[in-house]
Amino acid sequence: MDSLIPQLLTGLAGASSLFLVASGLTIIFGVTRIVNFSHGSLMMLGAYIGWSILTRLPRDPEWFVLGILLTVLATALIGVVLEVVVLRRVYRAPELFQLLATFGVVLVLQDVTLWIWGAVELPLPRPRWLRGFVEIAGNRFPFYDLILIFVGPVVLGLLWLLMNRTRWGTLVRAATLDREMVAALGVNQRTLFTSVFALGAGLAGLGGALSLPNASANLNIDLSIITDAFVVVVVGGLGSLPGAFLASLLIGILQAFGIVLVPKITLVLVFLVMAVVLVFRPNGLMGRPQAEAREATAAAPVIRPAPRELRILGLVALVLAAAAPLVAGEYYLTVLTDACVAVIFATSLHFMMGPGGMASFGHAAWFGIGAYAAGLLMQWLGAPMPVGLLAAPILAGIVAALFGWFVVRLSGVYLSMLTLAFAQIVWAISFQWVEVTGGDNGLLGLWPPEWARNPATFYWIALALAVSVALLLRRALYAPYGYALRAARDSAMRAQSIGLDVKRLRMVALVIAGAACGLAGAIFSYSKGGIFPTYISIPHSVEALLMVLLGGLQTVAGPIIGALVYTGLADILVRSTDLWRLVLGTVIVLLVVAFPEGIAGAARRLWLRGREA
Amino acid sequence: MLQVEALNTHYGRAHILQGMSLQVGSSEVRVLLGRNGAGKSTTMKSIIGLVRPTSGHIRFDGQEIAGEEPHRIARRGLGYVPEDRRVFADLTVMENLEVGKQPARGGMRPWTAERLFELFPNLGRMRDRPGGRMSGGEQQMLTIARTLMGNPRLVLLDEPSEGLAPVIVEQMAKAILALKGEGLTILLAEQNLHFAGGVADSATVVEKGRVVWSGTMAELRADEAARTQYLAV
Repeated sequence: MDSLIPQLLTGLAGASSLFLVASGLTIIFGVTRIVNFSHGSLMMLGAYIGWSILTRLPRDPEWFVLGILLTVLATALIGVVLEVVVLRRVYRAPELFQLLATFGVVLVLQDVTLWIWGAVELPLPRPRWLRGFVEIAGNRFPFYDLILIFVGPVVLGLLWLLMNRTRWGTLVRAATLDREMVAALGVNQRTLFTSVFALGAGLAGLGGALSLPNASANLNIDLSIITDAFVVVVVGGLGSLPGAFLASLLIGILQAFGIVLVPKITLVLVFLVMAVVLVFRPNGLMGRPQAEAREATAAAPVIRPAPRELRILGLVALVLAAAAPLVAGEYYLTVLTDACVAVIFATSLHFMMGPGGMASFGHAAWFGIGAYAAGLLMQWLGAPMPVGLLAAPILAGIVAALFGWFVVRLSGVYLSMLTLAFAQIVWAISFQWVEVTGGDNGLLGLWPPEWARNPATFYWIALALAVSVALLLRRALYAPYGYALRAARDSAMRAQSIGLDVKRLRMVALVIAGAACGLAGAIFSYSKGGIFPTYISIPHSVEALLMVLLGGLQTVAGPIIGALVYTGLADILVRSTDLWRLVLGTVIVLLVVAFPEGIAGAARRLWLRGREA
Repeated sequence: MLQVEALNTHYGRAHILQGMSLQVGSSEVRVLLGRNGAGKSTTMKSIIGLVRPTSGHIRFDGQEIAGEEPHRIARRGLGYVPEDRRVFADLTVMENLEVGKQPARGGMRPWTAERLFELFPNLGRMRDRPGGRMSGGEQQMLTIARTLMGNPRLVLLDEPSEGLAPVIVEQMAKAILALKGEGLTILLAEQNLHFAGGVADSATVVEKGRVVWSGTMAELRADEAARTQYLAV
C-alpha cells in the first residue's frame, strides 16, 4: 500500500495533461461540431515549438513560464490558420468528411514536423529546479508533477470563468446550442469559431509544452494522444468541460494504477471503462443527447441496382481483371492482388457504413484480427492457407459479435470513437504482446502453399474471393435484410415501431462486415508473407474510409471503384515521393474542401443540374 | 423601409416562395397572413438571410440585402423572432438577453434588460432561470426581448401567438402595441386573424408562396370574400 499515494499523484498529474488536450478538443467540438482529428498534431506542434523556444531561453523558472506562454500563443496562431484555411470551408460538410479533412491535416503536419525538426526525438534538458523532489507521506514525489496537478484544476477554473462570466463565453455557449439563431441575432459566427479554435489549439499547445519535462518532443505524440483525448472526451460527454475533467481524472488514475498492476493491458482497461460508461450513459458522463440538427441521413439517396450499362462495364472489367496475369508482370500482379484485398476491405466497411449507418473509424481492427488468426493458426497448428482463409473471417466475425454488443447501442460520433478506441486496443495487443504476436517484428513466414505460390495463381484466388465477397454483400443488400437495415439506418424509431429489431440488424451488419474484412486481412498476410501491427494502425483504418468516401457512400459500385482508384494512386505516390503523407493529406483536404457534400454528392448534383437545364 | 420584390426561394427542389413581393413602411405594423405552409416563415427566413433566396430583391433602407449573411443583416437593424422561439435552453434569461445585445443605434432609445422587464414583467422575476425551464409564453416573451436587445429598427415577428394560452396572447398583443407606440416597424406573420386585427395597420395575404391580397386592415375587414377564400380554415 506504500505505493498508493505516489501512484495516485502520478495519476493526477497524468490527468492534468490529458485534460489540457481534451478540454480544447471538447470546446472545439461543442461549438463547431467538428471532431478534430488534428488536435493531437497541435499538441505535437506545441511540444516541438516548446522545445525550440525553451532550449533557447535561460533556464530559470520565470523564463520557463514565458516560454510556455509563447508556445501557447504560437499554437493558437497555428490553430487560427488551420481554421481559416481548412475547417471554415468544411463546416457544412457531412461529419465524416470533416473528420477526414482533419485527418488530412494530421498527415500534412506529420511531414511538416518531420521536415522542420527531423526524425530524432527531442528531449528537453531539465534545469535543476524542475528536477527537484517533494517528500509526501514518506515518498519522494517529483516537484514538476505537483505543478502539473495544479495546472489542471486551475485551467478548468479559468475556462469556467471564461465560459460563464464573459460575453464571449455566453456567445460560445449560445452557439453550441443554436448557431443559426446566434447569427440571426447579429453575432459573427466566423470570428467566434476562429477564436474558439484558437483557444482549443492554444490548450493543446499548452498540453504539449508542459509534457516536455516528463517526456520529449517526438513524432508519435499526435496519434497516441488523440486516441486518449477522444476517449476522455467521449467518456466525459462531447462538449462538456466538467465532463472532460472528470473523465481525465478517471482515465489518468486508471492508467497510473494500471501500469503498476497490469502493465500490458492498461489500454484494454481504459477501453473497458469507456465501453461500460457508454453502455450506461450513451452520451458520456456529463453529455446530453445530441440535437437532431443534422439532416445528412435523411437525404441519403436510395441505393438502386446498377443500370445495364454499368453491369456490362463491370463484366468487361472482370474479364480484363481475370486476364491480367497474361500481360502484367510480377510487380503489377502484387499491386492487383493488393487491389483485390482493398476491394474487400472497402466493400465490407461500406456495408456497415452506407446501408448500416455505422461509420467505423477502426475498420482495420477486423483486418488485423483476421490476419493474426490465420498467422497464429499457422504458427501453432501448422494450419495451411485454406484453413487460415476460412478461420480468419469466422474469428473476426466472432470478435465482431462480442464487440458489437457495445457498438449497436451507440450512434454517430460516439460509435465512431468507440470503434477507433477498439482498434487501438487491438493494435496495442498486437504491438505489446510480443510473446504471441512478435510485437513490432510481426509474424513472419506466412506463405501460401506450393500450388498457390505463383503470383498469378494467388492473384486469381484473391480475385475470386474479392468478387465473391462483393457479390454476397450486394445480395444481402437487396435481400429483405438489406431493406430492413436501411430502414433502421434512416429512422431507428420508425423501424422499431414496425417490428424490426434494430439492434440485431445492426449487429448482423457488423458481424458480416467484420468477417469479410477479416478475410481481407488473411489474404493480405499470405500475399505479403507476414503480419505486422501496422495492419491495425489508425492510418490503415482511415484508408478504408477514404476508399469508401472517394467512391461514394450510396452506391454499391462506389467502394469498389474507390478501392481501385485509391490503390492505384497510393502505389504511384509511394513510389514517386518521400513526402507521400504531405501529398496524400493535401489531396484529402482539397477533396473535402472542393466537394463538401462528397464526391458522389457533387456528381449527383451536377447530374441533376444537367437534367434540369 | 423594407421592400421585397419578386423573391424566389427553394428548399432543395421544392419551390417555396414564388415571386413574393411586399413592402413595409416606416413605423408600420404589417401582418403577413396565410395558412400553414403558405410561405410566411420562409419569407421571414429569407429576409433575415437564414435561407438564401434563389432570386429577387430584398431592400432595407434602399440597400440590397438579399444573399447577405444573417449577422450582417441583423446588424443593419433587422431583428428576427423565430416561430419556434429558439430560446437558448441552457442559458439564463439574462444570458439570453446578453447574446442578443448589440450597440445602440442613433435616434433611438436603446433597449436595456431593465426596460424590457418593464415591457415583460414576468421575465424580470426569473432573471436567473434557464430558458429551458420556462413556459411557452415566457419563452415567447424572452425571444422577443432577446431580439429587442439588438436595438432593431424593424422586427420580423413570426407567429408570436402560436400555441399560447388566450391570456398570454392578450399580453403579447399589448406588448406589440407598446412596441408600436415606440415607433418600431414590425412585420408580423400570423394565422390568428383576430390577434392580427388587434395590432396591425395593414395586411398581406399569401398563398402558395405568392401574394394574393394586399391592403389595409380595415379593407381586409370589409372584404368578406377574400377572408373566406384565403383565410378560412
